[in-house]
Amino acid sequence: MTDRAQDAPDELISRRTMLAGAAGVVAVAAGLPLGAGGQGASAPAAPGAPKVPADPTKLQGAPTSPVGARSAFYKPSRTPVGETVGNSLSPLQDLTGTITPADLHFERHHAGIPLIDPAKHTLLIHGLVGTPLLLSVDEVKRFPQVTRTHFIECSGNGRSAYREPKPDMTPQKVAGLVSNTEWTGVPLKVLLDEAGFKPEATWFLAEGGDACLLTRSIPMPKAMDDALVVWAQNGEPLRPEQGFPLRLLLPGWEGNTSVKWLRRIELGTRPWATRWETSKYTDPLPDGTARQYSFDMDAKSIITTPAHPKVLTKGWWPISGLAWTGRGKITRVEISTDNGKSWHDAELSPTTGVKAPVRFTHMWEWDGSAAVLLSRATDETGYVQPTRTALLKVRGIGTDFHFNPIVGWKVAANGAVTFHAET
Amino acid sequence: MRRALVLIVITAAACARDTAPPAVPAAASFASIPAQHYGLGRAATPAEVAALDIDVGPDGLGLPAGSGTVAQGATLFQTKCSMCHGATGQGMPPAFPLLISRDPKAEGFKFASDPKLPHSIGNYWPNATTVFDYVRRAMPLLQPGSLTNDEVYSLTAFLLASNEVIPKTATLDSASLMNVTMPYRDRFVPDNRKGGNEVK
Ligand code: HEC
Repeated sequence: MTDRAQDAPDELISRRTMLAGAAGVVAVAAGLPLGAGGQGASAPAAPGAPKVPADPTKLQGAPTSPVGARSAFYKPSRTPVGETVGNSLSPLQDLTGTITPADLHFERHHAGIPLIDPAKHTLLIHGLVGTPLLLSVDEVKRFPQVTRTHFIECSGNGRSAYREPKPDMTPQKVAGLVSNTEWTGVPLKVLLDEAGFKPEATWFLAEGGDACLLTRSIPMPKAMDDALVVWAQNGEPLRPEQGFPLRLLLPGWEGNTSVKWLRRIELGTRPWATRWETSKYTDPLPDGTARQYSFDMDAKSIITTPAHPKVLTKGWWPISGLAWTGRGKITRVEISTDNGKSWHDAELSPTTGVKAPVRFTHMWEWDGSAAVLLSRATDETGYVQPTRTALLKVRGIGTDFHFNPIVGWKVAANGAVTFHAET
Repeated sequence: MRRALVLIVITAAACARDTAPPAVPAAASFASIPAQHYGLGRAATPAEVAALDIDVGPDGLGLPAGSGTVAQGATLFQTKCSMCHGATGQGMPPAFPLLISRDPKAEGFKFASDPKLPHSIGNYWPNATTVFDYVRRAMPLLQPGSLTNDEVYSLTAFLLASNEVIPKTATLDSASLMNVTMPYRDRFVPDNRKGGNEVK
């Protein structure tokens, strides 16, 4: 083995990898634990294309590492703007299946990401309860726990694609404020039972421990239904940008209500009319009113491949993407390759998710003529994802949240793929 | 000795198992979980609750003692807020929102037809108490929680007066703030979307 590694031409492996590999071999041979010297190989050696051996089967690969890194050939990225009040979008076009890797989950913060010591963080439950209850994070984790997969979608997702669509928009730009996670936590009902909540409570206020003390008012039936207080995301503690150490998780509801860095829950008898449910997160309508406390996320879908900036060649392509609804299960996703003239049922996987996305796929043989690819989701309530024209009629161009029009991709005769919003 | 202890532990564990509450159900809703007291956590003291409980409701519940005038608020605004929100509250969008505007084009709540109309306090916000609650908890952006209650009353008075909601001579305290009616308060309606085959 050692011989083969040493026989490998020098220029084909980075010096760092080779040294690490050699150290690893020595450590194993000597029965020594692999020290820091063996860990350097976990990071790609250099940005850009990695140096690849002509035949990777002819030399030792990199040693084990404390934390795995992505392949140097795969560099997905969010779109940070460098502001504490802002967002970063998830790279939908680079993801497969339905789970969003924790480090690629979209972000939306109103006062940056607080640095919180979990040993000092507490959750206070007070108001219409028997006794105000103060729980440490460790204590929250001692209640019966549950693991569930749910999406979170910011209700501002798709605003620019709805109002000002541009041909060069990618899936990330069009709909990157949605992500899907296997969460672990305790049902909120269990915590409210522990505090002895009073039956006259009709609303609760959830408050985060960030620098704006973000607050949202939530009707009590949600607490009795499927609300969770979560501490884990895809098998590990929450990422700081997802609310470490505790987050409220309201499946199917607009993302802002899943208050991060949760520190306080107050039970009362009416909503609080916080800034995030008055100035923001309300939906002006053409009749001169604005919807308030509009929590449910309507059914929506997007084709994530093929998509801009891909260039197609003739032949078979999977048309694949994500569909989700805040009202339960997606029952059907249809694909059109002729701009909505005809529709075909796509394959869905998995079909079991409640308030969790499905991945849909439809195989398509491109013959080289211009085409428009669209996807249309239907959920278990019978709601069918509307066209942009239909949505404009009932909501107007200036409505501020909840955008779920049918969108898709134009394929030009030369194979160029561009965003298509005019449905 | 050791064996006895192990035995006790095993018996205790068995007992615990017999009386253990059911695990979390697999059903979508948690409504059927029976109420169970686990004895975790501790009672929070009134002081601990008071330290965090700064929220103000639309009925004025939670408004603290104190007061402030529009004139005091105008001075504070120039020293603590104008660097981000502009000398006349015009904002520097998109990063720093506009705070003061009564745009004639926005009167009548025409926001759905024009995305550019600013959702200003005067033209949009349904509750005056929200100004107080938000400024107290979140502003100024880089020193949240640094304002005294009198300062928050003053700034709220200044913002409401500049948005033509209250007179420029006004003084605000809890009683007067809870009685302020915002111009477009009646425009806010509950969510009527219910799923099903209807686009709303
Ligand atoms: C360092 C810059 C900065 C300073 C100073 C500052 N703000 Fe702000 N303010 C912001 C930002 C950024 C936001 C938007 C926050 C968000 O969108 O979540 C904001 C939002 C607001 C809002 C809500 C606006 C809306 O439309 O929802 C109010 C009200 C407000 N500020 C008042 C004040 C007052 C009063 C002061 C002075 C005491 C102040 N701000 C000082 C940056 C600042």
